[in-house]
Amino acid sequence: MSIYTDAKYMDVPYEDKLKLFKEVKDDMRYDHNLYGCYECGICVAACPSARFYDFSPRVFAQIMAREDVDTFYELMNDSVWDCSQCYSCTRCPRQNSPGGIILMMRDAAVRAGLQSAKDALRAYSRIIYKVMSTGTQVAPDMLQPDFFPDWGTDVKAVAENLDVWRRAIPPETLHTTELAWDVSEKTRLELYMIWKLTGNLELIEGIDEGIYMILEEVMEELLDDNGYDIDDFENILEE
Amino acid sequence: MVTIATQTPAVHTESKVPMKEFVRKGEPPTEDYREKLFELEAKGELEVQRVPEPIMEVETKYGRKKKIPVEHTWHHKSCGQCGHIPGYSTSIFWLHRQFGLDYFDPKDQSSCTAWNYYASSTSNSAAQAAIAVRNFAQAKLDGYFPLIHCGTSFGHYKETREEIIHHPELRDQVRRIMDRLKMPFVFPEEIVHYSEWVHAMRHRIAERQVLDFSNLTITVHPACHYHKLVVEDAIYDRELYDGQRTAIVTGLVEALGANAADYSTWHDCCGFGFRHILVSRDFSRSFSTIRKIERMKEEADPDITLTHDTGCVTTLDKSQFAAQAHGRNVGIPVMSDAQFAALSMGAHPYNVCQLHWHGVDNKPVLEKMGIDHAKAWGEFEAIAERIESGELDFMTWEDADVN
Repeated sequence: MSIYTDAKYMDVPYEDKLKLFKEVKDDMRYDHNLYGCYECGICVAACPSARFYDFSPRVFAQIMAREDVDTFYELMNDSVWDCSQCYSCTRCPRQNSPGGIILMMRDAAVRAGLQSAKDALRAYSRIIYKVMSTGTQVAPDMLQPDFFPDWGTDVKAVAENLDVWRRAIPPETLHTTELAWDVSEKTRLELYMIWKLTGNLELIEGIDEGIYMILEEVMEELLDDNGYDIDDFENILEE
Repeated sequence: MVTIATQTPAVHTESKVPMKEFVRKGEPPTEDYREKLFELEAKGELEVQRVPEPIMEVETKYGRKKKIPVEHTWHHKSCGQCGHIPGYSTSIFWLHRQFGLDYFDPKDQSSCTAWNYYASSTSNSAAQAAIAVRNFAQAKLDGYFPLIHCGTSFGHYKETREEIIHHPELRDQVRRIMDRLKMPFVFPEEIVHYSEWVHAMRHRIAERQVLDFSNLTITVHPACHYHKLVVEDAIYDRELYDGQRTAIVTGLVEALGANAADYSTWHDCCGFGFRHILVSRDFSRSFSTIRKIERMKEEADPDITLTHDTGCVTTLDKSQFAAQAHGRNVGIPVMSDAQFAALSMGAHPYNVCQLHWHGVDNKPVLEKMGIDHAKAWGEFEAIAERIESGELDFMTWEDADVN
């Protein structure tokens, strides 16, 4: 039972929360992310998200150290996606990395397919498709006024002249519009093998089934063209 | 009513305590990752790619010497630089070409995918390590040493190195993946960021400088994933900020004779946020303009702010448009150290530095540099028209150097 009278998610069984908590504590990176907390607040002072959200990196260090499972679960749902992942919090005098703790918590939230993770990533999932299928995170053709209306008039100019302006860049690898640079088929093939061997395609299925289906189709086609069967790549992490 | 003196006292009293200089006596507080890599290599667990000669040595935070390759570099490109600010990568290549240095711009390179990982957690340590090692193995097979363009790739690969060194189970997973890919398990002796190369080359760049930058005031934003992730592997210099913050970028500014101006929020991040810059930009815009740009304007009023990472250039630059519409005190051109260095050596502002992809109006500062931007834009447009008409397939390096 939480020590806080206004605690949320009390309808979620404690065992479910504890399972996620243990997953984070068992993460191989855990020992290098938390060494103890002075509660000095230096991480909060350095944190950009703390200035704009109801967010505190210090609380993450505290709840992990205190093993406050209920608050852990609350933060995992309500706060974890506000982090900027800039690691300004590593200014910690005890060398803690609250940003690193948060990354492990996000990993666990995604693996568990929590609804809060799905909600946080809903608008973002097209980027997941881009990076997993092409090997580059953003592309020139994303610079559209309707996607970046707040970025100014140059975005419109880029969008209108995209094909010509991309070819008006000297390095040959940059004459692309759908990829950030010209990624070879060999590299994409190897990347798909890595996603499969590490269970990442299945991870996407738990977050966004639509994106998963498109990704699987794209990967299957390229693997098949190169004489591979997509089902031959077992998840080696499960062994 | 109480008034508080805000001006510096007119009379300065000499300290009665003799000035003391801190001299480092102890060993660095962190492990030497290179030694650990060599130990793993000796056990036959992986192959360490040595930094090729000739090398330049620089000092890192706790005094270790870091080797920076002069040439024979495999350019690990950045998604955001290549995709949205292509003059950034182009300037890095242009600098190498100006010095006649051997480099390789590979197609067999994937993103580190760390932008996605920090944004969405839709990956895991094994995949992230395998992606790093696949790129490093490809660099080795191509016969070149990795030079990392992106600050996040640089930081993430350093984190990956720590995980690989400390976790045998992760090494085992990576080895099995690389076996399936029929590629070797390679890790470089040093993880080198391009801005470290620019820093180490700064005096050679200054020797080739053709523009006078002495009338320019510059603020510097050090990239978070450069100096906050695995802190001991970033470059520091006793002569810059008394060794208390990274020397990167500021060293170049000083070498080129411009005036580096300080501001109070130098340690703050740019507001990029990884997920935020793509789908929650209200946060990115607010932080970037209120905590960074407005502070710089108020405290230093710079002609340009320089930084050395993809997300920082994007966020600091693109966030200013909406803030300007709200009458905020913004309007500082933003560019990378590589573009700044290239301009100093006479690079074309549009053909090479591709400044038309940037948001904030940079014409006033180009004028201050002595660059005829109208003429330069006309030259760019002439080439673009020839491409559009089908006369040219694309702009060559020779086309780019029209001036």
